[in-house]
Amino acid sequence: MKPLHGWLLLLPAVALLALFTHWPIVATVWDSFFATPKGGRPAPFVGLENYAVMVADEVFWKSLWNNLWFALGTIPISIALALAMALWVNSAMRGRTWLRMAFFTPTILPMIAVANIWIFFYTPQYGLLEQITGLFGVSGRNWLGSESTALACVMVVAIWKEAGFFMIFYLAALQQIPPSLAEAAAIEGAPRGYYLRRVVLPLLMPTTLFVMVNAVINAVRMVDHIVVMTRGGPNNATSLLLYHVYQVGFVFWDTGYAAALTVVLLVVLGCVAIGQFVFLDRKVHYQ
Amino acid sequence: MRTALGSIWKPLAAIAASTALAAAAQTEITFYYPVAVGGPITKTIDQMSADFEKENPGIKVKPVYAGTYQETLVKGITAHKSGTPPTTAILLSTDMYTLIDEDAIVPFEDVSNTADDKAWVKSFYPAFMANSQTGGKTWGIPFQRSTIVLYWNKELFKEAGLDPNKAPANWKEMLEYAQKLTKRDPSGNVTQWGVQIPSSGFPYWLFQGLTTPNGVELMNAAGTETYFDKPEVVEALQYWVDLGRKHKVMPTGVIEWGTTPKDFFEKKVAMIWTTTGNLTNVKNNAKFDFGVAMLPASKRRGSPTGGGNFYVFKKATKEQQSAAVKFAKFMTQPERAAQWGMDTGYVAVRPDAWATAKMTEYVKGFPVASVARDQLQFSVAELSTHDNQRVTKALNDGIQASLTGAKEPAAAMKDAQAEATRILRSYK
Repeated sequence: MKPLHGWLLLLPAVALLALFTHWPIVATVWDSFFATPKGGRPAPFVGLENYAVMVADEVFWKSLWNNLWFALGTIPISIALALAMALWVNSAMRGRTWLRMAFFTPTILPMIAVANIWIFFYTPQYGLLEQITGLFGVSGRNWLGSESTALACVMVVAIWKEAGFFMIFYLAALQQIPPSLAEAAAIEGAPRGYYLRRVVLPLLMPTTLFVMVNAVINAVRMVDHIVVMTRGGPNNATSLLLYHVYQVGFVFWDTGYAAALTVVLLVVLGCVAIGQFVFLDRKVHYQ
Repeated sequence: MRTALGSIWKPLAAIAASTALAAAAQTEITFYYPVAVGGPITKTIDQMSADFEKENPGIKVKPVYAGTYQETLVKGITAHKSGTPPTTAILLSTDMYTLIDEDAIVPFEDVSNTADDKAWVKSFYPAFMANSQTGGKTWGIPFQRSTIVLYWNKELFKEAGLDPNKAPANWKEMLEYAQKLTKRDPSGNVTQWGVQIPSSGFPYWLFQGLTTPNGVELMNAAGTETYFDKPEVVEALQYWVDLGRKHKVMPTGVIEWGTTPKDFFEKKVAMIWTTTGNLTNVKNNAKFDFGVAMLPASKRRGSPTGGGNFYVFKKATKEQQSAAVKFAKFMTQPERAAQWGMDTGYVAVRPDAWATAKMTEYVKGFPVASVARDQLQFSVAELSTHDNQRVTKALNDGIQASLTGAKEPAAAMKDAQAEATRILRSYK
């Protein structure tokens, strides 16, 4: 009787998970072995052909590569910025509520609006960036229109947006640290830097792990900025994995191939998550 | 008791019957439309739908603004696949093959084929029908159609010592003018560009404004073959690339489609290429005297047509489909086509719209309104093939790679052609 009771309590969660998480994964893997149904005709089984297409697909490799750079470029910087901002607005000072709000504002703005604002920052000739660089006599850059700068420009927007969000978690974690630790350190005569390095940062590690997992997910999930700001261009310089999946799935309507791409995305994310939980988890907790 | 109940039931039944009748008489159609140019387009569309409802009490129109052309197509096909498509939508004329391949639309002849309908289909400019008919059937009805035109700032022309009333007639002249119109500050930074041909969004379309005058078509009429690597095509791309990279009269890299009119208003550029659909936008926002001209010629004149058609979706009911045809007919009446052309700048899609009193008056006061129409005789169909989005992307990537300097035009077009051939293999 007892186990049944337990399962009944779990049932709603299990049903929802199965319906919205597990079933779609299984269906995606299954679909990736079929071509795309066209005009009502059922799709033929093609085995691994979609994966073979992927290996030959230059845009896929470029997107994968771009996404790697995007993750490497945005995650460490946005986490470091978030930590710095949280430490700052956690200290006793005037106007910190305003400062906290200012840092958090980018997070609550809709992504599309943010991207549109940034387009005008980057606009050649009269955009904000151009006006500032113009003061120093360097102008005439086409920030979003050049292959060399477009990805970096999109990364800056992502960092700007993410850092405020992560700051909130760090701020909450900082406020959980008992003040007695700081007092003890002060009595022992530990410098502030030493206290930060040996007490605060280790105590923040669980939060850092959480933030990192989120940051990785966000880096792979990034699509809205791309759609608004560059549509993957110029010449796929800002095409990220999810944008490529979107394009193949909903612009080209090649759903079979899009499913195969999604499977790869899942595998990559799964590996990263396992890495983070298995290897980092051991080092995270302060004992 | 029984009689009392019976007397209650009778009026109730009557009410029920009458509402059922009303529901049957009321056909609701959903209508997806995109916005691709500046101005209060949604307001105009809502007004036109309301006018239609007034004239046709049995039909209710639900206009849905669905984003850009591409987003509208995504929404339309997704809705079709999920089983509840819009009844009708305005989508790019070039999406015709894609929609047919998806089995999403019906030809107009299958919905209604009276003598009146036949005359209606024949009433449009033939240049617009090139992208609307295939296999002897009409799949799209021209609505917001356009061609590319050149806008120039007359004040800046005067400043540069050029005749403010004369647009560049050919490629050589456009380059010469652009060189005179490009201004640099003492440290060498450009403060005013000579010309801008945008290259985001749909670079292939603007590119056709160069390949067409250079005497070459990008695809065959059946949409199964492309000719991206022909020497004339490479030559056209070289000209485009050279404007920025060699002659430095146009910004290098990819130029935004959306901000190009704004650059023109801000006097950051003296000549721009954009759709005639922006005409009213430019008219309302340019605080200087401007001119509109046909695209400069190379071996000949020419521009692709562009813009959107009405399509009727297959999964709608028969009543909805015929209501949608009625709606499309209403929206393309000469008077209304003329009004739409004046409100937006799109080319009024049929000759008799230009003969209406309102339009004649308008053209008299604003003669450049007829430039795009006059260009129609030199126009060709916009690039449209099977698996259109994919083939187009191959070409777009090649164009952008050349403009940003990543690939030489010849190599870029060879790659684009190879990719297009691979994609189109299964349609031959």
